[in-house]
Amino acid sequence: MNKGAKKTLIRLVVAVPLMFAFGFALVPLYDVFCEVTGLNGKVFQSEHSDELVIDNGRDISLQFISTNNENMPWTFKPSDQVMNISTGKYHTATFYVKNTTNKKMTAQAVPSVAPSNAAEYLKKLECFCFEQQELMPGEEALLPVKLLVSNELPSNIKNIILSYTIFDITEYNEDEILAHHEMEME
Amino acid sequence: MSTVIENHHDDHHHGPAKGITRWLYTTNHKDIGTLYLWFSFAMFLIGGAMAMVIRAELFQPGMQIVEPEFYNQMITLHGLIMIFGGVMPAFVGLANWLVPMMIGAPDMALPRMNNLSFWILPFAFFVLLSSLFMEGGAPNFGWTFYAPLSTTYAPPSVTFFIFSVHIMGASSIMGSINVVVTIMNMRAPGISLMKMPLFVWSWLITAYLLIAVMPVLAGAVTMMLMDIHFGTSFFNAAGGGDPVLFQHIFWFFGHPEVYIMILPAFGIVSHIIETFSRKQLFGYSSMVWAMLSIAILSFVVWAHHMFTVGMPLAAEIFFMWATMLIAVPTGVKVFNWVATMFRGSITFETPMLFAVSFVVLFTIGGLSGLMLAIVPADFQYHDTYFVVAHFHYVLVPGAIFSIMAAVYYWIPKWCGNMYDERLGKLHFWLSFIGVNVTFFPQHFIGLAGMPRRYPDYALQFADWNMVSSVGAFLFGFSQLLFLFIVIKTVMGGKKATDQVWEGAKGLEWTVASPAPYHTFSTPPKVD
Repeated sequence: MNKGAKKTLIRLVVAVPLMFAFGFALVPLYDVFCEVTGLNGKVFQSEHSDELVIDNGRDISLQFISTNNENMPWTFKPSDQVMNISTGKYHTATFYVKNTTNKKMTAQAVPSVAPSNAAEYLKKLECFCFEQQELMPGEEALLPVKLLVSNELPSNIKNIILSYTIFDITEYNEDEILAHHEMEME
Repeated sequence: MSTVIENHHDDHHHGPAKGITRWLYTTNHKDIGTLYLWFSFAMFLIGGAMAMVIRAELFQPGMQIVEPEFYNQMITLHGLIMIFGGVMPAFVGLANWLVPMMIGAPDMALPRMNNLSFWILPFAFFVLLSSLFMEGGAPNFGWTFYAPLSTTYAPPSVTFFIFSVHIMGASSIMGSINVVVTIMNMRAPGISLMKMPLFVWSWLITAYLLIAVMPVLAGAVTMMLMDIHFGTSFFNAAGGGDPVLFQHIFWFFGHPEVYIMILPAFGIVSHIIETFSRKQLFGYSSMVWAMLSIAILSFVVWAHHMFTVGMPLAAEIFFMWATMLIAVPTGVKVFNWVATMFRGSITFETPMLFAVSFVVLFTIGGLSGLMLAIVPADFQYHDTYFVVAHFHYVLVPGAIFSIMAAVYYWIPKWCGNMYDERLGKLHFWLSFIGVNVTFFPQHFIGLAGMPRRYPDYALQFADWNMVSSVGAFLFGFSQLLFLFIVIKTVMGGKKATDQVWEGAKGLEWTVASPAPYHTFSTPPKVD
């Protein structure tokens, strides 16, 4: 094999693992892209609480939707279907949850916001979705979410839907989920 | 003394070894090309048999022949086998046979790797097909294997599917590296890049696409493997992952893959139309630039496969326009082919019939692709039989017709005998009628709302489904005629001349027919 061929070969052989790695790099890139653009309705924790101004709020309505993922047997529903809130103020909403089975179970709620361009203005100060819920057989609870919609919310948005899907994660290894969760929140 | 001379003789003028070891150990590009072509023919018949099962079930509404679970396995395996076992190895086989002969090289640059990249393929498909006999059955989640259908809800055999995809990927990557190194470094003196035959150009671009996206596919199935067995949550929402991410990664591979299956066809058709029009190809350099721009654009259009997942408007508009932009270089190619035929002294031998019908039918498939690119319309067409009709029009009378055209065109060079022209034409007309009767009605039932991937359908779709099934049986069984023609040609027939076709140009037509075991041991002179 001549020198030129060897050079081409080496370049191509290096390109293959690089593209393999790129496939995996798409995972964080995709999250970053969604965070920057606010797409996908993904909600990230606020780091700039000082920017929030309390006055000059306007009234909007906030709707809550709860969904059980596939075979999740728990009862899970918002205490109020709709709240009329004003932007720039803290509000607390609650969700009622009950473990209807006769075994101890762990659940994780995953939030989503519609319309997706409202996601970056909805700041959650506390949320049951930040942690896992472990309920004994028959145990029930009221899960709070403390939130604020920023004043910068585009004026054409008058109605925001906050949706939670609750997953049964009893079978998953808790450490791994926590590790992944922390990574996401960083 | 005499032994020494004999050894010397053996070293420099040996032909192929005898028996099965010739094929197992061969590093000869012609042998490996032949292996690839026969392998893809076998896969084409197996995948085709699955298509017959599918069309037999859809012949009438209601469940007739197979269980829904088995039907799902059939559509999954049909897609995977036709793409990874039929079309792709056929093109690699053609590249093996033709690229060294077209550029005046003695062999591929990496002959041992060439052997390896072929011989791992039968194992990949053995693993994939063996899953049919496993508990829980074969993969049943469609060839696009969307998570979580292919992770959380997959049959246990999914792990075998993942490993077989890994092996297929490794084979394609090695094959492509070989093609690129050969083309970039082993051209005979005088063949500059812009003097390369178009089939060589098309394969150079295809090989780069393969090297770029096959590792991404390997990454996607590796993530599936980790989600299934090692507790990660790449695609599992409960653990913080995202199933839509799977679709993005898959189609980042998948759309370039679509062009991997059509670019070599562009090269083949350009040669055949040029030969049988007895003219020089119209717009050579625009053909090259068109293929390059199609290849580059293929990396920025992937999300048009997933308009309905809930993308923001801005992204939908971007992917819609980027997709429609591809129609421009594709249109350049179609017009160039037509311009090449314009005022040519055309004769319609079998390869030309396949090539001309390629231009017409591929254009139909391309235009229905344009319709699918329109976002608001796609919400109506998505996952209907309209999509099935679209991609079968570009793959069957597109990619597969070009492969058949290539076989008829070059088989006299490969085995020294002319095929039976009368039977070849019969095969063409049966295939042409069969393919259109099969897939054209699927446009209608798709627009009327019949969803794809179901074993049953509502009554109003019954008539066109029956027509489609009749066409499929016609097309399917006429491929046995193709097999017969190929075997008959290999066994004997009218001897071919060296040039074979009156208008044929290119280095491969300057060597004897059949092509000797070793060609261009010393580089030819090209001006």
